[in-house]
Amino acid sequence: MSESHHAVTPPPRPGKLRSFLDSDIVYSWKRQPVVILATLVTLVMFLGALFAPWIAPQNPFDPRQLDLIDAFTPPLTTSDFTGNFYLLGSDSQGRDVFSAILYGSRISLLVGFAAVLFALVLGTALGLMAGFRGGWRDALIMRIADVQLTFPSILMALLIFGVIRGFLPRSMHAEVAIIVLIVAIGLSDWVQYARAVRGATLVEKGKEYVQAARVIGLPARNILFQHILPNVMRPVLVIGTIGLALAIIAEATLSFLGVGMPATQPSLGTLIRVGQDYMFSGEWWILLFPGLALLMLALSVNLLGDWLRDVLNPKLR
Amino acid sequence: MATDPLTTAERGEVLLEAHDLARHFDVSKPWLNRVLERSDKLTLKAVDGVSFAIRRGETLALVGESGCGKSTVARLIVGLYGLTRGRLLFDGEDISDLVNRSGKQAAAVRKRFQMIFQDPYASLNPLWRVGTIIGEPLRVFRPDMSASQRRTRVGELLEQVGLSAPDANRYPHEFSGGQRQRISIARALANEPEFMICDEPTSALDVSVQAQILNLMRDLQQQYGLTYLFISHDMAVVKHMADRIAVMYLGHIAEIAPAEQLFATPRHPYSQMLLAAVPTLTGTGKRRGVIEGEVPNPVHPPSGCAFHPRCPHADARCARETPTLIAHSDSSEVACHAVEEGRI
Repeated sequence: MSESHHAVTPPPRPGKLRSFLDSDIVYSWKRQPVVILATLVTLVMFLGALFAPWIAPQNPFDPRQLDLIDAFTPPLTTSDFTGNFYLLGSDSQGRDVFSAILYGSRISLLVGFAAVLFALVLGTALGLMAGFRGGWRDALIMRIADVQLTFPSILMALLIFGVIRGFLPRSMHAEVAIIVLIVAIGLSDWVQYARAVRGATLVEKGKEYVQAARVIGLPARNILFQHILPNVMRPVLVIGTIGLALAIIAEATLSFLGVGMPATQPSLGTLIRVGQDYMFSGEWWILLFPGLALLMLALSVNLLGDWLRDVLNPKLR
Repeated sequence: MATDPLTTAERGEVLLEAHDLARHFDVSKPWLNRVLERSDKLTLKAVDGVSFAIRRGETLALVGESGCGKSTVARLIVGLYGLTRGRLLFDGEDISDLVNRSGKQAAAVRKRFQMIFQDPYASLNPLWRVGTIIGEPLRVFRPDMSASQRRTRVGELLEQVGLSAPDANRYPHEFSGGQRQRISIARALANEPEFMICDEPTSALDVSVQAQILNLMRDLQQQYGLTYLFISHDMAVVKHMADRIAVMYLGHIAEIAPAEQLFATPRHPYSQMLLAAVPTLTGTGKRRGVIEGEVPNPVHPPSGCAFHPRCPHADARCARETPTLIAHSDSSEVACHAVEEGRI
């Protein structure tokens, strides 16, 4: 048997889809109505944001499509002047609130995803370096992380936002607002990724499969990217999902405070800021519906993140 | 032994020679704590002056209680740790600087040995398929091999260790501890090494599975003429595997002797103590000895002979002078003043 040289062809692997449908994750998903609901809400809001130009009755960014005469139309009303139907009412510019929410959640999601990606890549890279190389790099990175953790992250984002804007000419502010926002939120949020990755890297680095790779002389770069990185990604993805909800809220907070997206490209936070001016004058819909949209989005993404954390945590199985 | 007792004729047979190996670890507190608490730097001498030689095709077992430095010796040999002191010769070539080598220089040496680890649950990357795991040494050392050649070779290796070729498509978590250790062995065999360092390869397994793995390792040794450095704390396992045995205590070698001789007439008091503690199925009629005392903290080892606080034969010289390995006429080497003076 031992010296045989007959070619052995392994049988084909079971179908990817089949094994996915049989997995623990799908099983756990099917058993939790709240998670199913959160998935549906998230999906609807993602799709609405993605296909906003085709779904929305008007483009709220295009002043030519707005009719001032339709300003403050209540929800579920057809305008007597233009004949436009306003599902969720209109604001002081005659802007359709439903369309503004679709376009606004687009910006909120874009900023959220991009900021999480920025924080995730930065935090993972620094965490890997700190955990794998150790020494002064580890000490330096983790002390910076400790210091940053002592500030509330929204304060950090405000600070970073202000500093970056200070370096840019005023004329560019509106154009690059979205990028500045992404960098500010991303920079304020890398610490938790770095900490999780560093801890996981320290654990994986000591395991014998890494030593086995070192015994055959695999270069450190390959050990890091082929062995350690894939094995530390699981906690990172969980933090990322929960982080998405936090990033969306952070963006809304900054925009609400007036330092985020300008009123010409409103995100959900901007819409809420604009809407609060009319809260006591009877036009409640301008505030309420963007607020509800933000609540539903953040809540359902957060519920999904919590569920994912539980289902991927081997200790809770 | 400590210097160079091998004649040229003997050296032809020797595969690995270790001269005065030492590895010290810095276990001090961080700088700030040291300054504030006015404590000194602390050094752990995990291995301190270990010398031995392994002949081609034999199994040298390294035994001792946990914490005595066995595993550190293994990791020094395969270049996972750098040497603090000493010299390593592999087939005549000085490989003391292996840990710092890279590229072709490292590969030329590294492809000639392999290591099998203790924990079958940590020694395989959980995200890789078994075929990828076993093929890893091939990808490193045989870049000329095509993917299909490699698949065929992995299938052969799997059958050689008693698994089947289709297992290459499965993940490590689908296997039991014993099967995982077979996968580890298949990976270790992939680059056709001459020398295998086995760091307690069976201590995490059930007794019934242990025997299967040990027999597999012996069969492979005969088939390929492998040389083993076999590390264990289990005397029964060692008896089954070893040609010669080196007994380690607190970073030093206490005694090296042929296996049968060591089991029949252990000379060092520590070897005697270790063997007296081994339970036998039939019973020898004697009361089983109990190992007295505990291994001292290696950060603050005892003066002189490290074993003297636990040794029934210790005298003033033992507390003062560190004994060196001395070869005796019965082909054993013992580091003990009492044996040297003929007191035991």
